[in-house]
Amino acid sequence: MTSLRNESSLSRMRLKGLIRKEVKQIIRDPSSIGIAFFLPVILLIIFGYGVSLDAEHVPLGLVIEHPGPEANEFMAGFQDSEYFDPIFYPSIQEAEKALIERKIMGIVWTRSDFARTLFSSSEAPIGVIVNGVDANQARIVEGYITGVWMKWLVSYARSHGLALKVPIRVKHRIWFNSAVRSRNFLVPGLIAVIMTLIGGMLTSMVVAREWERGTMEALLVTPVRVKEIILGKVIPYFFLGMGGMVLSVFIAIVVFHVPFRGSYLALGFASSLFMLTAIALGLIISTAAGSQFVAGQIAIVITFLPAFMLSGFVFDINSMPYPIQIITHIVAARYFVSILQSLFLAGNIWPIYIVNCLWLAGMAMVFFKIIRKKSHKRLI
Amino acid sequence: MDQSQPRQDDFCIVASGVRKHFISGKKTIVALDDCSFKVKSGIVTGLIGPDGAGKTTFMRLCSGLLVPDAGSLKVLGFDATSDFLDVQANIRYMPQRFGLYEDLTVQENLDLYSDLLGVPPDKRQARYDILMKMTGLAPFMGRLAGRLSGGMKQKLGLACTLIKPPRLLILDEPTVGVDPVSRRELWQIVYSQVKEQGMSVLLSTAYLDEAERCQEVILMHEGHVLGQGVPSSFSRPLSGHCFMLKGPKGKKRQIQRELANRDEVIDALILGEKIRLVIMDEMGSQDVRKTFNLSEDIEIEGSEPRFEDAFIYLLKKRLVSLGRSVKFKIITHKKVAGSPDDEVIVVKNLKRRFGDFYAVNGISFTVKRGEVFGLLGANGAGKTTTFRMLCGLLPASEGELYVAGKNLRKARAKARERIGYMAQKFSLYEDLTVIQNLNFFSSAYGLHGKRQTERVQWALDAFDLKEEENSISRDLPLGFKQRLALAAALMHEPDIIFLDEPTSGVDPLARRQFWAHINSLAEAGVTIMVTTHFMEEAEYCDRVVIMKRGRILAKGTPEELKSRYHPPGVTNPTMEDTFITLIEMKEAA
Repeated sequence: MTSLRNESSLSRMRLKGLIRKEVKQIIRDPSSIGIAFFLPVILLIIFGYGVSLDAEHVPLGLVIEHPGPEANEFMAGFQDSEYFDPIFYPSIQEAEKALIERKIMGIVWTRSDFARTLFSSSEAPIGVIVNGVDANQARIVEGYITGVWMKWLVSYARSHGLALKVPIRVKHRIWFNSAVRSRNFLVPGLIAVIMTLIGGMLTSMVVAREWERGTMEALLVTPVRVKEIILGKVIPYFFLGMGGMVLSVFIAIVVFHVPFRGSYLALGFASSLFMLTAIALGLIISTAAGSQFVAGQIAIVITFLPAFMLSGFVFDINSMPYPIQIITHIVAARYFVSILQSLFLAGNIWPIYIVNCLWLAGMAMVFFKIIRKKSHKRLI
Repeated sequence: MDQSQPRQDDFCIVASGVRKHFISGKKTIVALDDCSFKVKSGIVTGLIGPDGAGKTTFMRLCSGLLVPDAGSLKVLGFDATSDFLDVQANIRYMPQRFGLYEDLTVQENLDLYSDLLGVPPDKRQARYDILMKMTGLAPFMGRLAGRLSGGMKQKLGLACTLIKPPRLLILDEPTVGVDPVSRRELWQIVYSQVKEQGMSVLLSTAYLDEAERCQEVILMHEGHVLGQGVPSSFSRPLSGHCFMLKGPKGKKRQIQRELANRDEVIDALILGEKIRLVIMDEMGSQDVRKTFNLSEDIEIEGSEPRFEDAFIYLLKKRLVSLGRSVKFKIITHKKVAGSPDDEVIVVKNLKRRFGDFYAVNGISFTVKRGEVFGLLGANGAGKTTTFRMLCGLLPASEGELYVAGKNLRKARAKARERIGYMAQKFSLYEDLTVIQNLNFFSSAYGLHGKRQTERVQWALDAFDLKEEENSISRDLPLGFKQRLALAAALMHEPDIIFLDEPTSGVDPLARRQFWAHINSLAEAGVTIMVTTHFMEEAEYCDRVVIMKRGRILAKGTPEELKSRYHPPGVTNPTMEDTFITLIEMKEAA
């Protein structure tokens, strides 16, 4: 009887068989197709259209205490702006009531002596009240109102030949995201979050499913090698995940008109690295979880949430407390988010690209080492 | 074999001093305790025992899926721990649960296993043809495995393990829940392989009647080997110890109960109208009458010993040596008002549809007060669905349904007060202790104050739960769990109880204890409905219906069914023979 232990190399027939099986299961299982293709579309639509850090069409109450040409002209500035939907109120009391009832986000109010106090620095010619419940939005609205005010002031001064008593003129020039659309910044980051979810959740759940249904037990007692089982999962889900990636990038560029300034090759390479870390994390989760339900829960907690909160996709890492900044280093999505944001908005910035890719490659290697160590042909 | 020491090759598995334990919560469960035995090559060896005997653990150890804590285990000459890859290259293992991919077709499952086992593509078709002919799956090659019936799934599982005939085939409970016809076919396939390929087979089963189909048997209980040998070597010593008693109608339960607790008795069991008695000493019929004070109107005749008798004998011996009680407890239940002629459950043309599939398709029957009524059939016959409708858990799609005189389609809640339900598997709160479960269920049934305390106390006493009162339910042995579940279903003293597969997996003694409880309830006038896929258990019922694919194939007393449907020439058929004959007759028609 010959020992078969030397035959520890991969068997192409076994690996092909496993991959073919996995592909058929993917095709027949609506949930994996759903996670890979519908989830990105839905998330992109929600975040692309629904969630925006810009203020647009903010309902704004306007009160003109004493109509005059100056006041009317100033207020007309709000009607021209795409940021505001102005509503006129006859008195400040009524406007305040509307603010409390949340019909409007803020109030701009010109006093009766608007024209007279306009260029005297002693008194404020306009009053501004902003609903501060959402601090972020309040700041944006406040900024916009100031913008309208300044703009009007400049044009008024110019048309009346007056010198503007503003000592320093601020000149804004916005880099990388010239339209200042938060969507341009959010969508690339979102792609990283979606890929984390696809890689982590999908792989952890399909492996857990094999344990749950008892198919793994039968599989283990065949001449199959652990390496083959791992590759048999990684390869099909890698391609499925990359399919979701291509779809997401397509939606970002074509539907949301996010500019893409880098190279597609660089994007492909970085995405592959990231996909491997996500799948590897999924496989690690599956070794800990016995059921699909638990696997799904863990996957959300340890892949999706950190990718969402700690990757710098919405919340700036530099403004986080220092201990949390340290934690973000073990969130793979962090590196991918910065690669994506630079490739989309700035172009190929190699120092950023290379450093982040190295981090991703390092994490993928560590994860696969853990998997190799943790997986064996035993039940316990 | 007596003269010369057998060579290593004569045995496919050699276990010496094998120990394996698991930790569950705070408890340590010893799955195998110092097991030493050898399994012969080239024959079918049965690993027989109830749940918790250690059968699955042993098979997983042999397959290299688990590592023993102590002892050595050689499989085909390889060490199962260090050389597990060699073991796995030479054996095939079919786990208890269907281990194939339900979302792949029959063909795709076969292809996958051919790939995994390295069968060259040009040799596959010929092998598939043989296997598909043998299993009768040829017409279903394109069907998803998940859409096959339970029996067909098991046959496909077996076919996949046989694509490349292994030297040793390990099958974990391949026949559980499978209908008797498929069961018989599975056995034929196994034996044909042993004959043609010279394969060794180790298979486990919880059905004791299957032990007699094995060439050798290893009997296990709670991690211990109770005995090993050819099946007849177990039962032969008991020949002359077994009798069939036939007494006056309506008294069988009382007679059986009195006999069962006598020290001289190994086993007393109701079989249809008769009582089967196995006693400690060999004696003639007249001595039996004298010893047990049986009246003259009871007919006594000798009977052949069965494997189960031997198991009970060995089990009792072991339990007594461990200082555990083997006496059956009788429970008290208030006498149910009403006459035995009342029709307590009336079912007319009942149907239940799920999508376009009829799980129950037009069944009708009536059950009288105090009857033990059995619903018999393989997995997927529609038993559980019927039950859920009768308990008001699932609305019927069509038909009439009266329970305790209440129309279940109109007054579900009213009917539910009168019934108790013990669901399949253990359906109590596993994280609660025994007493917490009882308190919870009694309050769920609306008991409170003094009455609740009384009933909980009654349950603890009647079902011998007192010593485990504060144990977490999850850690209880299966027999305990089942008693606890029955106790919980009886808290509100119902008139009718529904038991869904109440005894699957428990050892024969625990099963008898359970039926002793059922019988005392029936004597108090409680109507009992029970489902089972153990054909033998049907014999404990007063009347049964046999179901298949949502329809009733036959109904009547076990005796009637056995005399109506039996294989030609068989005078003393078992319920299983009856079932197979019935299916064959219906299929021929």
